[in-house]
Amino acid sequence: MSLEFLLEIGTEEIPHWMIPGALAQLQKLALFGGDISVDATPRRLVVRASGIPERTPDREQVIKGPPLASGEKAAEGFAKKQGADASALRQAGNYYELVKRIPGRAVRDMLAESLPGAVLGLQWPKTMYWTGGKNGPRFTRPIRWIVALLADEVIPFEIAGVKSGNVTRGHRKLGSSAIPVTIASYESELRKNHVILAAHERRHKIETEAAKLGAKIDRDLLETLTFITEYPAAIRGDFDPAYLELPAEVLTTVMRHHQKYFSVEASPAEAGATSLAPHFVAVMNTAGDPDGLVKKGNERVLRARFNDARFFWDVDQQKKLIDRGDNLANVTFQAKLGSYKAKTDRVVALVGELGGNTHAQRAALLAKCDLTTEMVKEFTDLQGIVGGLYAKFQGEPEPVWRAIYEHYKPLSMEDSIPETAEGQIVALADKLDTLRGCFEVGLAPTGSKDPFALRRAAQGVVKILVEAKLDFLLDHLATGELRAFLEERVQHYFREVQGFKYDEVNAVLAPGISELWDVEARLTALAAIRPTEDFEALAAACKRIRNILKQANFEGGGAIDEALLEAGPERELADRLAEFVMANETDYSNRLMAISGFRPAVDKFFDKILVNAPDARVRTNRLTLLHKLYTEFSTIADFSEIVTAGEQKS
Amino acid sequence: MDTFQETVFKLKRYWAERGAIIQEPYDVEVGAGTMCPETFLRVLGPKPYRVAYVQPSRRPADGRYGENPNRLYKHQQLQVILKPTPDDVIEQYLGSLEAIGIDLAKHDLKLEEDNWEAPTLGAWGVGWQVMLDGLEITQFTYFQQCGGIDLELVPAEITYGLERLSAFLQGVESVYDIVWAPGFKYSDVRFNDELQFSVYNFEMATVDRLWRLLAEYEAECQELLAKFPKYPEKHRFPVLAAYEQVLKCSHLFNLLDARGAISVTERVGVIKRVRDLAVGTAKLWAEQQEAAA
Repeated sequence: MSLEFLLEIGTEEIPHWMIPGALAQLQKLALFGGDISVDATPRRLVVRASGIPERTPDREQVIKGPPLASGEKAAEGFAKKQGADASALRQAGNYYELVKRIPGRAVRDMLAESLPGAVLGLQWPKTMYWTGGKNGPRFTRPIRWIVALLADEVIPFEIAGVKSGNVTRGHRKLGSSAIPVTIASYESELRKNHVILAAHERRHKIETEAAKLGAKIDRDLLETLTFITEYPAAIRGDFDPAYLELPAEVLTTVMRHHQKYFSVEASPAEAGATSLAPHFVAVMNTAGDPDGLVKKGNERVLRARFNDARFFWDVDQQKKLIDRGDNLANVTFQAKLGSYKAKTDRVVALVGELGGNTHAQRAALLAKCDLTTEMVKEFTDLQGIVGGLYAKFQGEPEPVWRAIYEHYKPLSMEDSIPETAEGQIVALADKLDTLRGCFEVGLAPTGSKDPFALRRAAQGVVKILVEAKLDFLLDHLATGELRAFLEERVQHYFREVQGFKYDEVNAVLAPGISELWDVEARLTALAAIRPTEDFEALAAACKRIRNILKQANFEGGGAIDEALLEAGPERELADRLAEFVMANETDYSNRLMAISGFRPAVDKFFDKILVNAPDARVRTNRLTLLHKLYTEFSTIADFSEIVTAGEQKS
Repeated sequence: MDTFQETVFKLKRYWAERGAIIQEPYDVEVGAGTMCPETFLRVLGPKPYRVAYVQPSRRPADGRYGENPNRLYKHQQLQVILKPTPDDVIEQYLGSLEAIGIDLAKHDLKLEEDNWEAPTLGAWGVGWQVMLDGLEITQFTYFQQCGGIDLELVPAEITYGLERLSAFLQGVESVYDIVWAPGFKYSDVRFNDELQFSVYNFEMATVDRLWRLLAEYEAECQELLAKFPKYPEKHRFPVLAAYEQVLKCSHLFNLLDARGAISVTERVGVIKRVRDLAVGTAKLWAEQQEAAA
């Protein structure tokens, strides 16, 4: 018989960002082959499954006994020890053996034993203990109730002093705190008690309602709200349009990061200096706001926040960015690397070295000055952005304030790079300085530890170099350990961000790293030609050539002696190569097409020609031909790095 | 509509009915109710304890000369410690909100992750900020470690920001408009305090002298801590007096900070000095309790 299963771990509010990770683990819960689905609200982690057997099947175990030669007495002794009669023994080869029948067990019992360990074995980014001292059970937040049912019968166990049962709890205020459930009634009982169990349903409800109220949907915020509510409902609030004088970036940050509100954009007709409308959309964890109390409360809080922001703006204008440079001496960048003043001096110089114009150098000089402003002290996410806005307000030229505004970009792999040339140079120099400095004083990331976010900085460097098509070679920007670290990021970028195959990346990087925009162009051409018929065969041939050269320990250098070429495949290949060299095709795609076209000639060569010829001069000449071929082919990518279909099979 | 003091009475009554001792504020400057011995020391060791008290908490750098409607040099916290934590602690807490007149069915309540850490106390815990209609009204923390010591009985700490809560209940925009008692506003009671201490903290506190005082209190504490091991009758040893020196140091650190007298490089060092004292005192307190048990 196949049974249904329900497990609900009732907790106090779990941090929203930890929930998806926990669900991914629960999806893999060992449930005897049952078909598992998981869901969660901030107060419950739920596993449901169907198709679970009532019992595990009986099974047979064969136990090897004494040799036949040792006689019946020994056989009886063996049987007795196994709790069986000697008549149950059978002979297998020269030995006795016993087939023992192990009865299956009730799955309910097995689950009662395994579930406590499975639940407490969930991995969390941070755990706590709340009972039994520091050696007590650990979980993300206290467990307060457990529902555990197999075919509507309780699976009995206990975790952290909480006994499993069939009683769940509803919404903290709108639901009952003791609701007996069956597997069939579970979800609808929760709904009656104002808990929407399915995250996708809460997400949809928030998105639909908020969009209807004019919210600009922010996906990250939507996820957060989905997992901090059990019964979400959106309401719209208003604020005094006078606050729209503040930059939209500041208003949005206050709404989104501090209050978890969606912002509302003005319709094109009303859009003036700003794109925001004087409204916000808040998502409640309750059914409605009949008396408007929630709306009023949220409006009041937002007003206070906006007042603070306006106050910070006014105070900050009393001292221009350019006059804040010396204050940076009091802001530590990193203990061993000194203050932000020292960093600023280095970055200004580096921008100059990298060929940045006077605007870029001015931007570098001002870039970190906003760290001393009240606005950034309060809204740290706005560093750079606030500096840019202040610079604009204080009359700096557009290339300068834009470069300041965007010099922290890209903030992630998904984020875009700075748009202006000045912004790109300042962003590059800033990150490069951080990397150089940290590597110099021994702060390179180790394993998963990366307290200075150097991977992100390096990723930013790579992204800017590629996407801004900057003419810098990695070798000129970094040496030693940092150079290797950056190369690793280059590989990561092309594989994970751009989606090239790892062997393609290896092939293109093998001849040495050129400018990264050029690496991208090669990869694009390589990936385009890869599916064509001749390419893989040619790659295999290249590998063969490389092995031949390696075995012969042949380093090349000489010229091909035309006189020694044998008519037929060898001469044909040599002629073709000469033509190819002559044509000197520089477009990567065309060149790769041309290389790919060598396939029949190369195949024929290997088919008919013995490289390892008895005459040493002929042999050397053939190796020279192959070496030249290999060298010419490898200018874009080293094809011998390509993993061919044949290799993958083996 | 309840006055400020009426709200305080109700909260105290509510927790008294649930077995909490109602303590009076500690009479040495602290930055938060957590620093009072009633929390910092009592959470250590195996003895259950329940206490609630209002604690005026001084944060010199937050002073705004009485001009900012929401920021104060000194604000009032209602601090509740429930050790060990009852299973229904959140329900009890929600009950306290109902007790001061908040109909939770008509409001939006969320518990949002907010973990707490106090480097100068060697203390941390996990918990939430309680958001009521978008306003943070309470910090809720399960202490895990205090004075560098893992806690045996995990206490729940509930810290109500009384000004915020009252401004919310009374529907006023500025804390200074809160009615404290019939006929008296918050500004009548506290404005001078805010103005004058802002002037003192930011403009007039004598930096050299504050540094010297810090060194003196630190020395006093260190000397006491050093005498404990050889002191014969442990239960008489003034660990509590040593802890008071820690609080003095902590407050002086905050004052110097507000005065802009602590450079970034010095900062880490001074925090460490205070933490060493706090951790040292906590250790003695635990030993003293053990010796007495």
